Amino acid sequence: MQLNDYYQRFGISEEIIRQVMNRALAKGGDYCDLFFQHKITDHIGLEDSDVNRAYSNVDMGVGIRVLKGFQTGFSFTESLNLESMKQAADTAAVIANSPASTSIENMKAHDVANYYPIQKNWETIGVDDKIPYLQRLNEKVFAQDTRIIKSTISFMNQSSYILFVNSDGRITFDEQPMGQISVSCIAEQNGEREQNSHSLSGRYDIDYFTEEKLDYLAKELVDRTVNLFDAQKPPAGELEVILAAGSSGILLHEAIGHGMEADFNRKNISIFSDKINKLVAKDFVSIVDDGTIPQMRGSINVDDEGNDTEKTVMIENGVLRSYLHDRMSSQHYQVKPTGSGRRQSFRHAPLPRMRNTYMLPGPHEYDEIIRSVKKGIIAETFTNGQVNIGGGDFTFYVKSGYMIEDGKIVTPIKDINMIGNGPEVLANITMVGNDLKMAEGGWTCGKDGQSVPVSMGLPTVKVSKITVGGQN
Amino acid sequence: MNKQNQLDLAEYVIQKALSYGADAAKVNVSNSRSVEIEYRDRNLDKLSESTQNSLSVSIYVDRKFSNHSTNDLRPETLDRFVEQAVAATRHLTADPFRHLPSSDLYPKNAGVDLEINDTNYKQVTSEKRQEIAKLVQEAALKQDKRIISVAGGYYDSHFLSTKMHSNGFSGSKEGTSFSVGAEVTIKDGDTRPEDWEYVSIRHLSQLPDLGKIGETAAKRALNKIGQNKIASGKYSMLVENRAAVQLLSMLIAPIKAQALQQKRSYLDGKKGQKIASPLLNIIDNPLLIKGMASRWYDSEGLATQKRNIIENGVLQNYYIDTYYGEKLNIQPNGGSTSNVIVAAGTLSFDEMMKSMAKGIVVTSFNGGNFNGTTGDYSYGIAGFFVENGIITKSINEMNISGNANLLWNQLVAMGNDTYLYSAYQRPSMLFDDIHFSGL
Repeated sequence: MQLNDYYQRFGISEEIIRQVMNRALAKGGDYCDLFFQHKITDHIGLEDSDVNRAYSNVDMGVGIRVLKGFQTGFSFTESLNLESMKQAADTAAVIANSPASTSIENMKAHDVANYYPIQKNWETIGVDDKIPYLQRLNEKVFAQDTRIIKSTISFMNQSSYILFVNSDGRITFDEQPMGQISVSCIAEQNGEREQNSHSLSGRYDIDYFTEEKLDYLAKELVDRTVNLFDAQKPPAGELEVILAAGSSGILLHEAIGHGMEADFNRKNISIFSDKINKLVAKDFVSIVDDGTIPQMRGSINVDDEGNDTEKTVMIENGVLRSYLHDRMSSQHYQVKPTGSGRRQSFRHAPLPRMRNTYMLPGPHEYDEIIRSVKKGIIAETFTNGQVNIGGGDFTFYVKSGYMIEDGKIVTPIKDINMIGNGPEVLANITMVGNDLKMAEGGWTCGKDGQSVPVSMGLPTVKVSKITVGGQN
Repeated sequence: MNKQNQLDLAEYVIQKALSYGADAAKVNVSNSRSVEIEYRDRNLDKLSESTQNSLSVSIYVDRKFSNHSTNDLRPETLDRFVEQAVAATRHLTADPFRHLPSSDLYPKNAGVDLEINDTNYKQVTSEKRQEIAKLVQEAALKQDKRIISVAGGYYDSHFLSTKMHSNGFSGSKEGTSFSVGAEVTIKDGDTRPEDWEYVSIRHLSQLPDLGKIGETAAKRALNKIGQNKIASGKYSMLVENRAAVQLLSMLIAPIKAQALQQKRSYLDGKKGQKIASPLLNIIDNPLLIKGMASRWYDSEGLATQKRNIIENGVLQNYYIDTYYGEKLNIQPNGGSTSNVIVAAGTLSFDEMMKSMAKGIVVTSFNGGNFNGTTGDYSYGIAGFFVENGIITKSINEMNISGNANLLWNQLVAMGNDTYLYSAYQRPSMLFDDIHFSGL
């Protein structure tokens, strides 16, 4: 799609944009931007073996932001007629209170990369096209094990069309697709029940969900559910912890990533606020946040402030190198923006956010890492995590894993929380595997009431100690 | 949009849906206005103000069901939206359990005014809002030199919504809410612990003393100085009223009809049985005057009433909605929570704390989760270590773990200090023998 297609979709023109921006800057704002978005989300669900529910949502509007120094005025409107947009601009403008002083530069479309080309637009895929996927997956789940008594499946897809214009004259536009199949099941054995879930998600079209993918999803889910019947709670306290390659990247997201978002550092409220260029981990630890991985859930062609996305090196060979910046923080720190300014929708002002956060592969072999553990656990799948930005205490919840004793993987474990301190855990990473793997599920990150899709990854990693929830 | 506009729009959409072949339809129309202000370190940091509209329509055609929502309310697009919604529904599998609620369950009349709408809302000026955020922030900032940053926040919203069902239900409600609070960060060696205090209310006149809110936020953050973990072990646990909501969610999610029908509930089949200490009494009261979740009809249009959920530790009622009630063959009684009110006890917080020989006061939970199918839980915590009734240390980076079945039977005292600024009104609670993990 070209710029004109976006103008047409939103019923606007360059002239209309100028008029709205003039109003936004009329009270003396230094800068303004308009974020137009049209988002179509569809969702169908299977329960008790029938695909008998469908949901759809259409969301359209424009967010108008005015900056005066580091102060933000923000408003949005869902009606894209000139009068409504001018009113919203007037509301955002009042963050400043002086005569107009900023003029709007000549507008020019800025070319952006395409990290998620798709063949089939989701808007051309009907409910009837998607139903067989759910039915087949449901059959596979029940065929996998006779102990399965319930299966719930949902198929979500989204197309988001974004047009961004700012008073520096930059115009960017992007079409962001997303597809996700999530499945959960309940197994029953001797009157006991266990539940688990799994999902595949990314900026894909429907052809990503092949028969092999559905087979994998069913097997992965069922194996990880029936395994829980044998699972125990580990002993309480500090243990050696191995994080399995893949979604264990949640460790980086919580322990380091949030504290590296530059708005917290600009406000001096992050535990990483004065750590730039300091040694924070062993020299084989390098951590990046990367918006450019093809088709990955957290990838973006351009951020929500019109800046090119990139692969940002946060920690290089153990040294803290760069925060994740939005426009405001990059101006505060006088550095180039890292393309990390993201928003949930046109209803929100952008914030520095993660995209796909992962650790680069290290020098150790998987077997060598497992063998090195005297008494500990290997954590494999996770449900959620959280962090206190300033205190640095972070947690993540382990859905499944195993105990390790004398270098051997033994009993399964389930449903335990882990808690640690970001900088301490970073310093306690003693081994990094050469087997980096990215998460494949539908991870969503929340901050200040805004949710954005992200992904994460990790090679097999050993942390010398983390406090593990368990029994005394 | 005013109430009449909403009713007209809902009627239009229902008629369109029926004309495209739907057997039944329900429509919800709402519009809201919200304002958000943040003051940080004596400067206005952010000012945000917007209005929004939304419409959702549920379609029932040949026993098939779907729901669609949009904020694009232009007549020409809306017509096509409804047409497509009906067409898409026809592809689904018929579901014999899906239908509108029985009209017998709709409210017969509007009932008493629940006072959820502050009629002075339109008179609240922009200056007044900024003043509130500024004052609460200043009150926190001046508390201590170790404070490095304070954000004072003010948020309000006004909504009007209308619900209409093709089998005879029609209702509108209007309400307001206000939230005011502060977030405080302090410097403690290499770390910057933070905490907050917020209140949510229906009427601006209910706002407590702003100085006190700021002071409490600062005090909470300052209490974190020197926090660390202690040895793993079994300790008494006193959960402060504000934090206790996390524990209540473990009781509520598993007694909803969907969890029961989908076999995801450790409380399946437990109605009428003792599931907790006799000290636990919970009611669901949708008719609470000025309550944060008060309503005379619920999200399905069902008339609401006050009901017992847990009485002297015995589970009295599930939350049953129309659809899963039909699947379970149980009469619906309202599938969602309103104001969940835990009966207060007689002891003050200090009295409960003094009763602990060796215990931990939990002032906040940090992450963690709960498995509703099995009852297993594990949460991160922060708070204080108490020895012989006296606080001896600030703690964090610890977990609690166990099973909800056991937890509610370990409840040994209920405080008299109900937290009021929430739809979940709950006092502080004291438990025995909880597994803590730390060092």
